[in-house]
Amino acid sequence: MTATLTGEELLLAALARVRDPELDEAITSLGFVSGCTLSAEGVAQVRLRLPTYFCAPNFAFLMVADAYDAVSATDGVRSTEVILEEHFAADAINQGVAARAGFANSFAGEAVGELDRLRSNFLRKAVLAGTDQVCRPLLAAGVDSVELSSLRLGSVPNSPALQRLRQRRAELGLPAADGDWLLIDPETGKPVPDDAVSLHMIRARTTRVSIDANTGVCRGMLRHRYPDRGVGEKDEVTT
Amino acid sequence: MYEKNGEKYFVVDSHMHYWNAAPDNWVAGAEQYAKGWIECFHAYQGLGPPDTHWPIEKFQKYSEDDLMRDVFDDGHVDVAIFQPTYLTEWYKEGFNTTERNAALGEKHPGKFIANTRWDPRDGDAGLKELRANVERYGSRGVKLYTAEWRQGSRGWTLKDPEAYRYLEACQELGIKNIHVHKGPTIWPLDKDAFDVSDIDHAATDFPDLNFIVEHVGLPRIEDFCFMATQEPNVYAGLSVVIGGLMHARPRFFAKVMGELLFWVGEDKMTFGSDYGIWEPKWQVEGFVDWDYPSDDAFSDYPRVNAATKKKILGLNAAALYDIKVPPEFRLDAGEGKPAAREDATLAPQL
Repeated sequence: MTATLTGEELLLAALARVRDPELDEAITSLGFVSGCTLSAEGVAQVRLRLPTYFCAPNFAFLMVADAYDAVSATDGVRSTEVILEEHFAADAINQGVAARAGFANSFAGEAVGELDRLRSNFLRKAVLAGTDQVCRPLLAAGVDSVELSSLRLGSVPNSPALQRLRQRRAELGLPAADGDWLLIDPETGKPVPDDAVSLHMIRARTTRVSIDANTGVCRGMLRHRYPDRGVGEKDEVTT
Repeated sequence: MYEKNGEKYFVVDSHMHYWNAAPDNWVAGAEQYAKGWIECFHAYQGLGPPDTHWPIEKFQKYSEDDLMRDVFDDGHVDVAIFQPTYLTEWYKEGFNTTERNAALGEKHPGKFIANTRWDPRDGDAGLKELRANVERYGSRGVKLYTAEWRQGSRGWTLKDPEAYRYLEACQELGIKNIHVHKGPTIWPLDKDAFDVSDIDHAATDFPDLNFIVEHVGLPRIEDFCFMATQEPNVYAGLSVVIGGLMHARPRFFAKVMGELLFWVGEDKMTFGSDYGIWEPKWQVEGFVDWDYPSDDAFSDYPRVNAATKKKILGLNAAALYDIKVPPEFRLDAGEGKPAAREDATLAPQL
């Protein structure tokens, strides 16, 4: 049904695949997209905003660069402009992304190396938090820890949380097929031994709490700074 | 002090400030940072109850009278601990220096403890200044910013040999309490400013010092928890946790508290209002009234009672700083034994 989507809707769908790496949530649903237009000539313009003037520039850079890539790859887009607004490092980030300069070059003399490791660190946290999301309903339904460690991804009832977990694991190159274990070490991809399941699940819970709490703070700060809703913003779901 | 339902709470605000961030203190050429910084702080205040929000003009520069009223007269605080933040690149006289804090403290004997700071990149001159500050202001604690970006340096870690020289000096000078800012940062850039592993090393090598991790490593509470649980001398500084979450996100607040109580324990958690970001009054009163929501999602966390809250609001910090607590505020023998960690389980099923 792509033909029925407007240019803006196409862009928004592309931006919905860009996540805040720290919060593991789409920049659209977080309210970070303040503007998004596509002209008849194929000129895409996206404006992004963040909860504070001093939000970490490494994460900001990743989001602007990912948004640039997602928008550029959208059908009908001939040129792309992504502008981060009202941020202390906005000029360096906007110019660096537009020039495809990479993080280290955009902050010459201030930064060393690119941000792949930072991104994968947080993706591993997302895997752990996602494990809690998938397993909590199973535990509530009476599955015990021994059963949990014997489950494979394909034998867990399908849900958005499961799909998300599998997607994150695949992004990291971790096992994500039907026949792969549900519980794995997010660093090594190895199955979690029976006697380590309890601790693994507690760590998963703590990691999810940390990400959720941080998201709560960021959303609160964003609302204080920008009372109007972002394009494609969704309210948080509290559990 | 605060009294509720017959329970008496001795309150130590272990993390608060007396700053001047008004335009008269902005460094020429750095105005946008000075302005952006205080506006960012002001947004944090937005996470507290609406009737406690201040206009930006007052927030930039509050008076001595404001502070004494908000913290002591209305805020229930018995002793407040200044944690300095220099930021002299942006603020001409600093944001809130040891000197500015101590000048206020000297006018109100017994009310304040003036902590100082150091930065290992200051070398021998910094050691000299540290000695002078301890001599002059009697500092028993320091506030450190490992992520601070300065003159081409992208921050430092407590593992650095230079930092060890300072930690040794702290021991020698009688400084017991090392408050380390591990939380929302100023110039993180590529440096992993939230990393808490350096605390792990220093806490092991300096068992006589206490390491209070301010803001509990936000946004990485889990890394902090996994580290702190292994180190007897690592504490959780609750500034931002209570102020930023208790009102704005009560369910997340309850979960974060549950995690901290589970991993770190009620004997190693200290209240800090982070004034002037948030007034202590609503935090103290709200925390005394606080308990977990009653649904199953919270049933596996350690329980809290009046003794738990007495420790967190004041008794733990009083012990760290040798503050004399009047007998009516102390715990009775046998009272306040924290729930054993084994009592808290992941879920009834496990």
